[in-house]
Amino acid sequence: MDRRAATGRTPVSRTGAPPTPTRPDTPLVRFDRVERTVHWATAALFGIVVVTGAALFSTPVVALVGRRALVEQVHVAAGLALPVPFLVGVAGRWGRGLRSDIGRFNRWSPADRDWFRSAFPARGRRLRAPDGLPIGKFNPGQKLNAAFVAGAGIVMLVSGCILRWFRPFPLSWREGATIVHNWLAVAFVLVVAGHVVMALTHPEERRSMVHGDISRAWARRRAPAWLGEEATGPDPGKRRGS
Amino acid sequence: MQGGLSRVLDALHGSTIADLVPGSGGFVLYTVTGGYPTPPAGYRLTVDGMVARPLHLAVPDLEALPATRLTADFQCVTGWRVDNVHWVGVRLTDLADLAGVLPGATAFHFRSFDGVYTESLTIEQARESGAIVAYSMLGAPVTREHGGPVRLAVPTMYGYKSIKWLSSISLVDRVQPGYWEVNGYPIDAWIDGRPPAVRP
Repeated sequence: MDRRAATGRTPVSRTGAPPTPTRPDTPLVRFDRVERTVHWATAALFGIVVVTGAALFSTPVVALVGRRALVEQVHVAAGLALPVPFLVGVAGRWGRGLRSDIGRFNRWSPADRDWFRSAFPARGRRLRAPDGLPIGKFNPGQKLNAAFVAGAGIVMLVSGCILRWFRPFPLSWREGATIVHNWLAVAFVLVVAGHVVMALTHPEERRSMVHGDISRAWARRRAPAWLGEEATGPDPGKRRGS
Repeated sequence: MQGGLSRVLDALHGSTIADLVPGSGGFVLYTVTGGYPTPPAGYRLTVDGMVARPLHLAVPDLEALPATRLTADFQCVTGWRVDNVHWVGVRLTDLADLAGVLPGATAFHFRSFDGVYTESLTIEQARESGAIVAYSMLGAPVTREHGGPVRLAVPTMYGYKSIKWLSSISLVDRVQPGYWEVNGYPIDAWIDGRPPAVRP
């Protein structure tokens, strides 16, 4: 499988030291091309849904924009299209990176629990991600965010469909769907705003969603368990020099 | 559930988030054109079509006619509701009688001075619902964003029947579907699916 394995020599035995510190700092692929495309396509559609949604429900924006029928059509089309980049990205042969990252989102380690303990320390202390825990590729905050986006996204889609194709549904369903759709939209925007703030304040991570790769130094600091995976995984040579 | 949420919202009253998220006890203001239209100078409501005497009524002319007061929940077809909205206006059937409905007329066709929105009611539905041509809402003249100076108020029907910025009422021989009805909304917009049994 691996050239070095075939020769019986590994970086460890060659240098006589743990692999990570002595390796040249070749970047790791954090997000492959498919993941980045899915991310930015989803972000663009989300932007359209938020702007048109505001123009449907927020009185000052309604006064500014008007054109309810047109705005509604754009909102519904963008809303229905929102899951499409993800579904296309995850479905095909090209979706291996995305699928394995979804698997990572769904697994919680003891380190994640410790991360929460130290990320939310005693009152008055600054909230910061702790160093030194064997965190994987995604930290627990990102895992929670992913879980929220997946769950709330489905609820928004279903409640939005009830509002758009309301005729079969009794009035009480429509009232419930209105309340759920409006309030969850606010929560969704707040969560995504938090995501954007994190991106703006974390330039290296942000760049990795543009160019795909991230330094090993970053991984050592923030995602040491992932770095271990990359070093000892089934195909460690694959991403070198990418 | 909406009642409980309204109480929470009352507590939040004045806070930004409650202003940004209507649909829990307040009106969601709809307009199908690029903003809230301004009434034309010298606004008059026209009643024409299959009538003996077409009418052109300024707001004071409407106010001089016998007034009908009613209080009804304003129910949007998409689910939000405002309880106990108080309206004052002239009963639609009274206006029709004043203009003199000609034989063969069966329905009203309404137009808005926004230039786009239209609505319809049969004469029978106007009687059954007690629809009024309203110039007062919630104790004050109907505001521009709520469809002033004059709009329709059709209790027991979904809100889209209560056309805002009303400019003309035509008596016609058959129902012409209105703006949202062309876009798939029911032409018969009874909230309970049928006319109310008794109108006071």
